[in-house]
Amino acid sequence: MTKDECKQLVIEIIADIAPDEDLSNLKPDVRLRDQLQLDSMDFLDIVMELRKRHGIEVPESDYMKLASLDSCAEYLTPKFEAIAGKK
Amino acid sequence: MIFAGQWLGKTAWPFAGGCQRRAFSIPSMKQSRIVITGVGLTAPNGNTLSEYRQNLLTGVSGVELLEVRYMGPQPAGVCHFDPLRYQKKKDVRIGTRAGSISIHCAREALADSRIDWEKCDHARAGVYLGITEHGNVETENEIYNVSLFKFDTKFWTHHHNPRTVANNPAGEVSLNLGVTGPAYTLGAACAAGNLGVIHAAQMLRLGEVDVAFAGGVSESIHTFGIFAAFKSQGALASNPDPAKASRPFDRKRNGIVVSEGGCIFTMERLEDAVARGAKIYGEVGGYCVNSDATDYVLPNSVRQAECIRKAVANAGLTPADIDIVNTHATATPQGDIQECQAIGEVFAGCPDVHINNTKSFIGHAMGAAGALELAGNLPSFDDLMVHPTINVDDLDPQCALPGLVLNQPCKAKRVDAILNNSFGMLGINSTLIIIRYRP
Repeated sequence: MTKDECKQLVIEIIADIAPDEDLSNLKPDVRLRDQLQLDSMDFLDIVMELRKRHGIEVPESDYMKLASLDSCAEYLTPKFEAIAGKK
Repeated sequence: MIFAGQWLGKTAWPFAGGCQRRAFSIPSMKQSRIVITGVGLTAPNGNTLSEYRQNLLTGVSGVELLEVRYMGPQPAGVCHFDPLRYQKKKDVRIGTRAGSISIHCAREALADSRIDWEKCDHARAGVYLGITEHGNVETENEIYNVSLFKFDTKFWTHHHNPRTVANNPAGEVSLNLGVTGPAYTLGAACAAGNLGVIHAAQMLRLGEVDVAFAGGVSESIHTFGIFAAFKSQGALASNPDPAKASRPFDRKRNGIVVSEGGCIFTMERLEDAVARGAKIYGEVGGYCVNSDATDYVLPNSVRQAECIRKAVANAGLTPADIDIVNTHATATPQGDIQECQAIGEVFAGCPDVHINNTKSFIGHAMGAAGALELAGNLPSFDDLMVHPTINVDDLDPQCALPGLVLNQPCKAKRVDAILNNSFGMLGINSTLIIIRYRP
């Protein structure tokens, strides 16, 4: 999985969590919460959807690593690959 | 002769002096007159009062087949309003169906009332919504969800608690409208819609709020449990034609059609409504709430009759002053007979009273039933038409009350007082009387 593919999966989740938001011009290096109306409950939804859809666990100590699309890709891509390797 | 202003009698006022308790009276004071100034609703056969009323007068049912989890297609009353008219997609996702219904109804009532909301003190507004139950839908959905993950509770949503707290529907209204006054629900089984209105009248009279959003809501069709429980009880309607499934008073009635819906009224003290030139739909004439104290589910016609009589007396009326009795009857074999016994006793010797039933069109909207059924009859003050009970092909002799309006609407000579019955499990009874507004 490439980092761009990882970002796309995250965007798909955000599209469901924040359906009123325009996600077409998200800046990958800017914090998601600075670009979108996302609160802590929405963030928990993102964590839950990663768990449900992809089997990825994000421990609370790593929540900050989901701050931007770039940091999401950096953190999640190896996890996606690890899960793909198990299948 | 109908009059509206009730008077408080001499009221005992406890006074602690030393070890003695003294009682003394305060002067009588006139109660505020409370009026309905706006109506917002969603019913299975209409999303506005005019659409709903038109369908009630032309015999249009709102019952359709609904796929119910684990049970297959069931006749049900389904509402078709657009939640996105007043909510963002995210709010719909996070909230509940009951919340969306409540917001739709509150917003529609507010618009109908023409209250200048921006200039209102939002802390002086109250939201009082009757519910039969709340939280079953969301709990069932979550149990189903975790069942897909081997019942691992780490997949249980963090939205569960705010969705299932009993005040959720009223709380969602407060969030949407920015109401900072009291906003809560009243759990009163299927009497709850009336309770919302009655409670609002009490709070307005106490001066707790200046405007109330009051009524009842239900999302019950989205829980299989209520269908399954009624079926286990032998009280769930079935019929090859869903539009014929809800048939109170008919010999072939076989149970309840479960429905969703909501109806919220804006209510104000008369002087406030008059001061702003509001349209007044009707005035709270009187009411009664009592309890059977006899059974979990079986109704008690003696207590029902007592409730009706006390409401009539509370309004300062006699049974002969009542023009329309909107029945609670849910189309269960025994429940309809019990209510007819109660009505027959109270209204014996009142040949001009008209008796109808709204559930025959929309099914049983549970917590919304009382308010929705009242709303469907309010226009009778203007057009003098009484909507019928439909689907009565073969009237049960034990329900054959003289004043029943069956299958076709009729025009009344006079509509000055509408009496609305709503009864519920655990033996809660409510009767609400709305009278024609006269200055």
